Amino acid sequence: MTVDTLLESSLDSVDRAEEMVTAAARSAGFPEGDLEKIAMAVRESMVNAIVHGNRYNSNKKVHLSVLSARDHLTVKIADEGSGFDLATLPDPLARENLLRHSGRGIFLIQAFVDEFRVRRLSPAGTEVQLTKYLSHS
Amino acid sequence: MSVKLTTRQVGNVSVVDVAGRITLGEGSSNLRDTIRGLLTQGNKSVLLNLGEVSYIDSSGIGELVSGFTSVTNAGGQLKLLNLTKRVTDLLQITKLYTVFEIFDDEAKAVRSF
Repeated sequence: MTVDTLLESSLDSVDRAEEMVTAAARSAGFPEGDLEKIAMAVRESMVNAIVHGNRYNSNKKVHLSVLSARDHLTVKIADEGSGFDLATLPDPLARENLLRHSGRGIFLIQAFVDEFRVRRLSPAGTEVQLTKYLSHS
Repeated sequence: MSVKLTTRQVGNVSVVDVAGRITLGEGSSNLRDTIRGLLTQGNKSVLLNLGEVSYIDSSGIGELVSGFTSVTNAGGQLKLLNLTKRVTDLLQITKLYTVFEIFDDEAKAVRSF
């Protein structure tokens, strides 16, 4: 099962993306525990794309694609925002950041998938790529 | 289902029964408003019963942390009751498990304030 769709920059799209990817992951044979992790990683990525990337701009879309292969599932989520530098994000586990309200999204994504990549798009935008392997289940 | 919050008073402790999803949007803002409302009314002993929380995201975790700091800064205490496995896992991953005082027995939790 594959998915390739453009979504509006609204919070409703977060739920839609989560449902579509979960369905694809279920079809691919991922166990329930992994489905929750994949769903959470997708939710956090979608929120980043809509809130921080596209800033709820209705003229900007989020491109969601899912590729299901024999032993893994790859999800790509691309926004049209100005991007972010992974290296400069504060460590949410550092003592001084522990009680911060925000800043845990990327950390949780990385905790829940096997591979996490960030790519700048031209002329604008950021694509995150999440990969989860079936063999790691 | 979004979040449903019900507040009841047990002695001096405000117990907030939280059910549903604490996620970005309505879920996290409702929790924030409820805690602010309790502080405004002078209720500074807050016990969040998360036993019926089906889903929580990073925004929801952020609201738990904000609630904790708001109540603490007001001179009160915010504690957690009945964590689901999902919430427990997330609090452990984010190293917040040791920040909160956590109970699985309501009477014991109420007595601890």
